[in-house]
Amino acid sequence: MESGRETVTQVEQWSVEDRVFRIYNMFASIPPGAQTTLLELQRDEHIKYLNEGLKQLGPSFVALDSSRPWLCYWIIHSMALLGESLDYELENNAIDFLNRCQDPNGGFGGGPGQMPHLATTYAAVNSIVTLGGQKALSSINRDKLYNFLLRMKDPSGAFRMHDAGEIDVRACYTAISVASILNILDDELVRGVGNFILSCQTYEGGIAGEPGSEAHGGYTFCGLAAMILINEVNHLDLAGLIDWVVFRQGVECGFQGRVNKLVDGCYSFWQGGVLALLQRIDLVTGEYLSLFDSGEEDSPGNSTSEGEDTDGISSGAEETCHFKNGEQQDASCSVNYTSSNHTRSLGNVETEPLFHSLALQQYILLCSQLENGGFRDKPGKPRDFYHTCYCLSGLSVCQHCCSKDYDSPSVPGQVLGPYPNLLEPVHPLYNVVLKQYREVREFFSRSRAKLN
Amino acid sequence: MDAEEHILRLSQDPEWADLTPIPQDDGPNPVVPIAYKPDFIETMDYFRAVYKANEFSPRALQLTHQAILLNPGNYTVWHFRRLILDALGIDLNEELNFMLGISERNPKNYQIWHHRRWIAEKLGTDAASKELEFTRRMLSLDAKNYHAWSHRQWVLQALGGWENELDYCHQLLEEDVFNNSAWNQRYFVVTRSPLLGGLEATRESEVKYTIEAILGNPGNESPWRYLRGLYKNDPKSWISDPQVSSVCLKVLSAEANHVFALSTLLDLLSHGFQANQEFRDAVDSLRPSNSDPADSDLAKTICSILRHVDPMRVNYWTWRKSKLPSAVSV
Ligand SMILES: [Zn+2]
Repeated sequence: MESGRETVTQVEQWSVEDRVFRIYNMFASIPPGAQTTLLELQRDEHIKYLNEGLKQLGPSFVALDSSRPWLCYWIIHSMALLGESLDYELENNAIDFLNRCQDPNGGFGGGPGQMPHLATTYAAVNSIVTLGGQKALSSINRDKLYNFLLRMKDPSGAFRMHDAGEIDVRACYTAISVASILNILDDELVRGVGNFILSCQTYEGGIAGEPGSEAHGGYTFCGLAAMILINEVNHLDLAGLIDWVVFRQGVECGFQGRVNKLVDGCYSFWQGGVLALLQRIDLVTGEYLSLFDSGEEDSPGNSTSEGEDTDGISSGAEETCHFKNGEQQDASCSVNYTSSNHTRSLGNVETEPLFHSLALQQYILLCSQLENGGFRDKPGKPRDFYHTCYCLSGLSVCQHCCSKDYDSPSVPGQVLGPYPNLLEPVHPLYNVVLKQYREVREFFSRSRAKLN
Repeated sequence: MDAEEHILRLSQDPEWADLTPIPQDDGPNPVVPIAYKPDFIETMDYFRAVYKANEFSPRALQLTHQAILLNPGNYTVWHFRRLILDALGIDLNEELNFMLGISERNPKNYQIWHHRRWIAEKLGTDAASKELEFTRRMLSLDAKNYHAWSHRQWVLQALGGWENELDYCHQLLEEDVFNNSAWNQRYFVVTRSPLLGGLEATRESEVKYTIEAILGNPGNESPWRYLRGLYKNDPKSWISDPQVSSVCLKVLSAEANHVFALSTLLDLLSHGFQANQEFRDAVDSLRPSNSDPADSDLAKTICSILRHVDPMRVNYWTWRKSKLPSAVSV
């Protein structure tokens, strides 16, 4: 094996580096005032692009005709990150449309009348959670959804995407995520899924879609988030996982999805989100240090606090949804925040993340962002709603990952560009904005599903 | 192009006169509405009708063909097509021919690969060579196609055909030694092939192969991770095999990208590897002139150097340094 000959991987990599560095060199050569302008988040343009998509899509979108709840989620979540709410009529239209994608026997399909599918169920539920409010949240038939999730469960414990569909880590995450956020996660749904995800962690350290496949950013996010949600994250090789994911950030400043693949803006969230999650894991106990339930929800007398519903119909959920248990969370926080112990946790939540946050923001703002709205994979590619959603989500993760408390304003030094670039924080386990996450938890802790 | 040319004119076709098309229930003011073309609307309206009626007929099969050409991402159509194929007892080899063009136009579509797996499972071991050939063709168009690799692995495990797989990996790595998917496949073969005797039996030759690749391109992350993988769950051999430490030393002493050699050495040290003076000298020579004075702890020195030579991961190396046991002095 000689190093002299250029391979396909090298040629493609150099061509992308060339494009990216040309942008960075141009940026370095202009006066500071012009630099600030270039780093501006083009809020108005993004909102315009998103609003238009919500109202009308061209004929070429027929390729996404079975992903319409995804289109809703990408757009509505992007708007929420930008702090923009839909007008009343559009919100009602969205609730009505998603309801037409809901199957009479539970779950959501890719469009009205299509079979229910776990990925579109995740997208629809996250959209509805982001819309928020009584009307939206009560439109989800949780009893039927629970039955759908059980039907998608394979005897091995893993999940199928749809009736007789493919089994992979994505299916596992989307099933566990919706069950968790809707407070219907129980032992029956959890059984065996951790072992399947564990079998997908590869020799490289990241997680693959199926056992034996290659470690991949998207599946690594799904696998890690699912393992945290079922409280089994300490079974993963976390040191190996961390080492793999930190190396996915390259000289282009953005993340790639796999070793020796090209940088891509959407991995700003998948890989950046992995590091944001890892930052909150206590490496000794494997406990996830939730900062997200702090504040009003844990105040005394709150319905989710200890004593009131730690047993009963969804006792399984109580055991597995450790992050909603105020008692455990307080204990882990006190361990983590005493300075003598802070090296026990992986990242020191109060200081730096393990990736280069400012570099990543630079890639997102200068290479992925388009002046006239929307974000793209990399320079030379067209914008789309998927990359807009995950570039913005990644940007938010960067801006907030150092905040001690997600409710307090981000440290200005952590926001690249002018301060109005600051986005709403997300809950990285579900990728919904934090405010809406809190609302949905509150809502479904009051009205629980009648299971069994 | 072909989809539009061959489209059925269903509403004018007497063969379809008995069926009432069902329009999509989008509601009065749908969000994310798509400006469908008339042929798409017509095809899907009739599809909904046969789907609702559970009509497993040749004309319904033909209709799913049209619908798939218009949108290969519609998993409901694919699912229904499988029900029809089953019900009519269609020869699945013909179905594979139907898949050819669609697959090449949509190589990253989940549905075509899932469909293919369903067919191959039904055809059984006879399908193995055809499926391996097919994935080989898809990988010649994109050697890192994730779905193609997953399918290939499933074929090998479910239907067999392992005989030439290591050669195939070698061939792909000869073409592009940076192809991490090919390295992953190689790992899959040496750990799972029933013909090779597992990791224990293949480790020695694999280590040789990998070291050659590393020395050819010390900045190529793939073989470094592969090398570490060859000692998975066996840290004792990892630190005691002189081939591993010596490849680090060789790279550290050469004009090269040193990041992976340094990080591998750091990993060896944290697993208990005892470095001699030669390693200390090699590492010392990489210390930037303006850096902190050399630490008596080699691992700490390595972290400091990595902070300089690998600034993208400065926080990571700082964190790794903070995790090193503090009282070690040799
Ligand atoms: Zn992407």
